[in-house]
Amino acid sequence: MAGEDKKDLVIEISDLIKKFGDFMAVNSITLGISKGDIFAFLGPNGAGKTTTIKMLTTLLHPTSGNIKVAGFDPVSNPSDVRHSFGIVFQDPSLDDELTAYENMEFHGVLYGVPGVIRKARIEQLMKFVELWDRKDDLVKHFSGGMKRRLEIARGLIHHPKVLFLDEPTLGLDPQTKNHIWSYIQKLNKEEGMSIFFTTHNMEEADKIAGNVAIIDNGKIVARGTPQELKAKTNSSSLEDAFLALTGKQIREESAGAAEGMRMTRRLWRR
Amino acid sequence: MNAIYILWLRQLKRYFRSKARIFGSLAQPLLFLVALGFGFGPIFQKAGGGNYIEFLAPGIIAMGILFTALFSGIEIIWDKQFGFLKETLVAPVSRLQVMIGRTVGGATVAIMQGVIVFVLAYAIGFRPANAAYLPLALIFMFLIALLFTALGTAIASVLDDMQGFQFIMNFLVMPTFFLSGALFPLRGLPKIIEGVARVDPLSYGVDGLRGALGVGFQFGLSADLLVLGVAVAILLVLGSYLFSKIQI
Repeated sequence: MAGEDKKDLVIEISDLIKKFGDFMAVNSITLGISKGDIFAFLGPNGAGKTTTIKMLTTLLHPTSGNIKVAGFDPVSNPSDVRHSFGIVFQDPSLDDELTAYENMEFHGVLYGVPGVIRKARIEQLMKFVELWDRKDDLVKHFSGGMKRRLEIARGLIHHPKVLFLDEPTLGLDPQTKNHIWSYIQKLNKEEGMSIFFTTHNMEEADKIAGNVAIIDNGKIVARGTPQELKAKTNSSSLEDAFLALTGKQIREESAGAAEGMRMTRRLWRR
Repeated sequence: MNAIYILWLRQLKRYFRSKARIFGSLAQPLLFLVALGFGFGPIFQKAGGGNYIEFLAPGIIAMGILFTALFSGIEIIWDKQFGFLKETLVAPVSRLQVMIGRTVGGATVAIMQGVIVFVLAYAIGFRPANAAYLPLALIFMFLIALLFTALGTAIASVLDDMQGFQFIMNFLVMPTFFLSGALFPLRGLPKIIEGVARVDPLSYGVDGLRGALGVGFQFGLSADLLVLGVAVAILLVLGSYLFSKIQI
């Protein structure tokens, strides 16, 4: 964090801790993300990525520590925080009983996007993810990849200061991934939108991210540009650097009832 | 305001799309009307209670509203599990607005269900005494609907899955219905039963509906409105509070 001026940070995290009972999901992390950055938050399963995002996006309260998103505290001022970000969740968040268009419309109205812009953008984005001809179909009839595309398109209807993308490209083919990332990079460049994303695809992180942090067992184990991390670990790829920093052991992820159900559902539907 | 509208609209769309749910949830009130209405009719008449269908129909309308409203509120658990709730909780809309939109949407759906039960009752011979009082009946339907949607919301806010649903049905919803005087007059009952009926808010909803639809009030119009109004206010506040505390 040396050399980063606080004023230029869109996200500030200090000594953030989240405990679930005895389990330390997030163990005292401190992190600053600059305005206009494309930031990749990497880590093995269960490392604490999604928990951190949930705290940043007002869905969970921290056990202790401080967070600021666009200058606002998600605990004491959730409303201003919610006005500053957009998010594409890791797990499904569409209403299956609504059509694709209705899901988009619902989002646009909730986010206060004015009617004319909303209509234009929904059409543009649905054409962009090639779902325009399926706009009046109920989402429950969509395949996993189609749902994912729709969720990403939905996340782009409004243009927030920070966009959180939790494993956005999971389950998408390379063409679609490419297509979507170039759109997001354009938003980042043209509108100065800061991007905070997670992925297990190290090649993607290497290619897209300006800065990277690696979290493991709830702690930040490395931080820097992809080049810096590769240099630090003498690795030729970010994947090797990642393995060097986090080890090769496979992690277990605990699943609550809701999580378990979502998994079952994903197995059936995706 | 737009946010509340779109949340309300979503509830309605979901309702009209699930035809199976609409028809499925009509089977029970119809069965109650036919089996109990015609089954107990002669005894009720002989005991000097008058026409049992006239007496029973408002109770069954209240039942239809109770179940639909409570289920609309409980639906939040599904939204939690299937992920859609997150989408509304991170939106730049206050949780109070989200709660109001959902609750009014759920209540609207429940009123429709109540109206359909009314039509069914009409079809098997129920006749309201005075059409001029129908708007008053609608007001009572609205209050009952709001009350139990808010209750469902409050319950769903603190539960994480549907495992507690059976418990809630058996220990809360069923007693609320059976001890509300929906099926029998609340007169000459054992003290304990009458006491329970008096604290059951649905009793006042049923009584209000019965009064508006022609059988006559027992507690009185103003008592019914007052008790229901207070109960609705308490549960709306409680529901909003619990809903605002949801963490996922």
